[in-house]
Amino acid sequence: MANQTTKKKSPINFGDQRFIVFLVIVAMCIFFALMSPSFRKYTTLVSILDYSYYIALMSIGVTFPLITGGVDLSIGTGLICYSLIGGFMVTHYNWPVVAGILLTVLSGALIGLLNGSLVAIMDIPPFLVTLCTCMITRGLGSIVVGGFGITWPNASQPGGWFRSIFKITLEDNTKIPIGIIWVILLVLLMSYVLNHTKVGRYTISIGSNKEAARLSGVNVRLYHIIAYMISGVFAGLAAIAYSAVFATVQPGTGAGFELEAIGGAIIGGVSASGGYGSVTGSLLGVFVICIMKTGLPFIGLQANWQQIITGLVLIGAVLIDVIKKKRIG
Amino acid sequence: MGEVILTMKGIDKSFPGVHALDHVDLEVRRGEVHALMGENGAGKSTLMKVLTGIYTKDSGTITYEGREVEFHNAKEAQDAGVVIVHQELNMLNHLTVAQNIFIGREFKKGFGIDDKKMNAEAAKLFQKLNIDIDPAETMGNLTVGKQQMCEIAKAISHEAKVIIFDEPSAALTESEIDELFKIINDLRKQQLGIVYISHRMDEIKVITDRVTVMRDGTYVGTLITKDCTKNDIINMMVGRVIYEDPKTQSSVPKDAPVVLKVEHLNAGRMVRDVSFELRKGEILGFSGLMGAGRTETARAIFGADPKESGDIYVNGKKVIINSPQDAVKCGIGYLSEDRKRYGIAVQKTLAENTTLASLDEYSHGLFVDKKAENEVAQKYVDSLATKTPGVDQLVVNLSGGNQQKVVIAKWLTRNSDILIFDEPTRGIDVGAKNEIYKLMNRLASEGKSIIMISSEMVEILRMSDRIIVMCEGKVTGELGIEEATQETIMNMATREIG
Repeated sequence: MANQTTKKKSPINFGDQRFIVFLVIVAMCIFFALMSPSFRKYTTLVSILDYSYYIALMSIGVTFPLITGGVDLSIGTGLICYSLIGGFMVTHYNWPVVAGILLTVLSGALIGLLNGSLVAIMDIPPFLVTLCTCMITRGLGSIVVGGFGITWPNASQPGGWFRSIFKITLEDNTKIPIGIIWVILLVLLMSYVLNHTKVGRYTISIGSNKEAARLSGVNVRLYHIIAYMISGVFAGLAAIAYSAVFATVQPGTGAGFELEAIGGAIIGGVSASGGYGSVTGSLLGVFVICIMKTGLPFIGLQANWQQIITGLVLIGAVLIDVIKKKRIG
Repeated sequence: MGEVILTMKGIDKSFPGVHALDHVDLEVRRGEVHALMGENGAGKSTLMKVLTGIYTKDSGTITYEGREVEFHNAKEAQDAGVVIVHQELNMLNHLTVAQNIFIGREFKKGFGIDDKKMNAEAAKLFQKLNIDIDPAETMGNLTVGKQQMCEIAKAISHEAKVIIFDEPSAALTESEIDELFKIINDLRKQQLGIVYISHRMDEIKVITDRVTVMRDGTYVGTLITKDCTKNDIINMMVGRVIYEDPKTQSSVPKDAPVVLKVEHLNAGRMVRDVSFELRKGEILGFSGLMGAGRTETARAIFGADPKESGDIYVNGKKVIINSPQDAVKCGIGYLSEDRKRYGIAVQKTLAENTTLASLDEYSHGLFVDKKAENEVAQKYVDSLATKTPGVDQLVVNLSGGNQQKVVIAKWLTRNSDILIFDEPTRGIDVGAKNEIYKLMNRLASEGKSIIMISSEMVEILRMSDRIIVMCEGKVTGELGIEEATQETIMNMATREIG
């Protein structure tokens, strides 16, 4: 009978890539802490987290297009663009910060809708579509603000409350990085969406065998678009995190952010060819990148080395994926 | 057998240039397993695609459960209870078994999906079918046989009343086939109507109640399985076709040197212990049904797929072929059955395609010698009578027959002496076919040796000096052209193998 074959599964699946990534994170922390006393400081932890929020949020979102077998390259420049649009309305037209935040996220959703429609309805390869919207958002942001940087209200200014969404500064100047709570809550939410709702199920189906899903009566186009909208919305949320953590948002920047987010997702076990992945894995992958980026300068390796090492780690992650794919087919 | 559940009458369907179905009839009763047989291209799959709404019929009627119906897509047919279990499984390998079975109609719980309930329902389904599969297992981890069981379970969960099995046993092992038959027998007891498409004569005898035979898109007849012999069915399948000037005798002298010798070649499931010899100037026909392993054998010899074991001798010398590059060096050229994918670069010119396999000879250092390239291309345009406005024509603009000539020119330019033609006239119209035949005969008379894989019996009998018949990855017979008939070949192609 069917239940005879049901195996008892151990609570931790040791073959799971997430488990390996978790060990890598622990090993990296121990390594950096041993090599450099200053890495052990509390402020280092805060700066790792500060730096991780926007990449983590982008990574949560981009996990969905990646699992469909696509990609979203527009999230990096998009992030800056959405932040500039929202911030511009706040600083130049005195919009309340809440409205600015909503506009920022809405901009992300719209670009996501555009990406998704071009991919799902017009059947254009995702790489091309999002490469184009990557360029478009880069130019659009600069045009809206006329080429000048935008500074969202500071903590001391009216409307500056939103900066404490991510970091609370106590009276003795201790910083509490509460942003991590929101990130974890969103990871749990999207993890549920991916694993236990139709949106997630069909996202995986599109990446696994789109034609089979279509023949089973799944509205493949709709769910393909939704996957890209999720990516866009989370790029918008990442824009808020970025605006809250960093003083100024400069037009023309943002290119390359998407690579860290996508890289994190791949390290965390999202299959580069679609059909498989997890939001929690993506988050862990992002931490690998962020810890490396923060830790390497402590042992005297500068930016160029970080890129090389990140690249090597990515190759390792992709190799695991390739081996896994040979098994599942 | 119960009452009639499905009647297809006078079904007619044409594609541009092909009359695929010519007034075909089929009747299926409740509680019957009805075999649908015919050679490759007889129209079995087309008929089933018309039934399930994938193709629209030109004329004819389909009566299902007493009412005339016309399904517009697979979903509509499925909802009405007519389900196909495809030969190529349509599975989502990354999802679990239960998730696959209920895809598109998941049980809801609040905002989410009720996976627990889906697992429980799937387990019930398996219990009903007496199948031992864990609903929570990932589909990709199952064997092909188990995946097929899941597909059947999915079909039944749609409250299917008619299930069509399209060559279900093609990828199954012996014990999996036994299990499949047990399930089919159960389904028969539950009064479902079952259409069973297969080439395997022994299976037909075991599992089916009636057989409908098709040939060249026409309905030949329906027999009660237990009242007929294997030969009755074969005779109906091949019919009495009159074909153009068949070869009656080999044109190759008995003492012609062996140019290619293959010994005990093994490559995957589809190439098992294949041995044969090819003589100089010979056209060696490879016959067999779809999935007999002929293309796989050719690809293994050519180094396109990995081999497990076996030796290959070219002109008496043992050679090691691990890649197409090695094969080309040995003077072997392969003309794929799928020209567009493997044979030609459609967006390149005729001249560029001609020198594709021998570019080293037509280049100085890094640069291609355009003049020499055009000259050799022109030479073969003339000698093969390729119809083209010029050698700078893009190959995509040429007809199928002329594209085939470009591929031939490519291998001739490379001085290949052994040519493997895989379905050389597929997708080529009748006039051009004759030209290709003439060309192959000419090449053979000029001392080239040819292996011709063909699913068309007429083509095999017309062109070959000798015929190798394959079935299930094994060589099941060898015939000189003098002794070959459609019946003997078909017998060998469906030979039961222990």
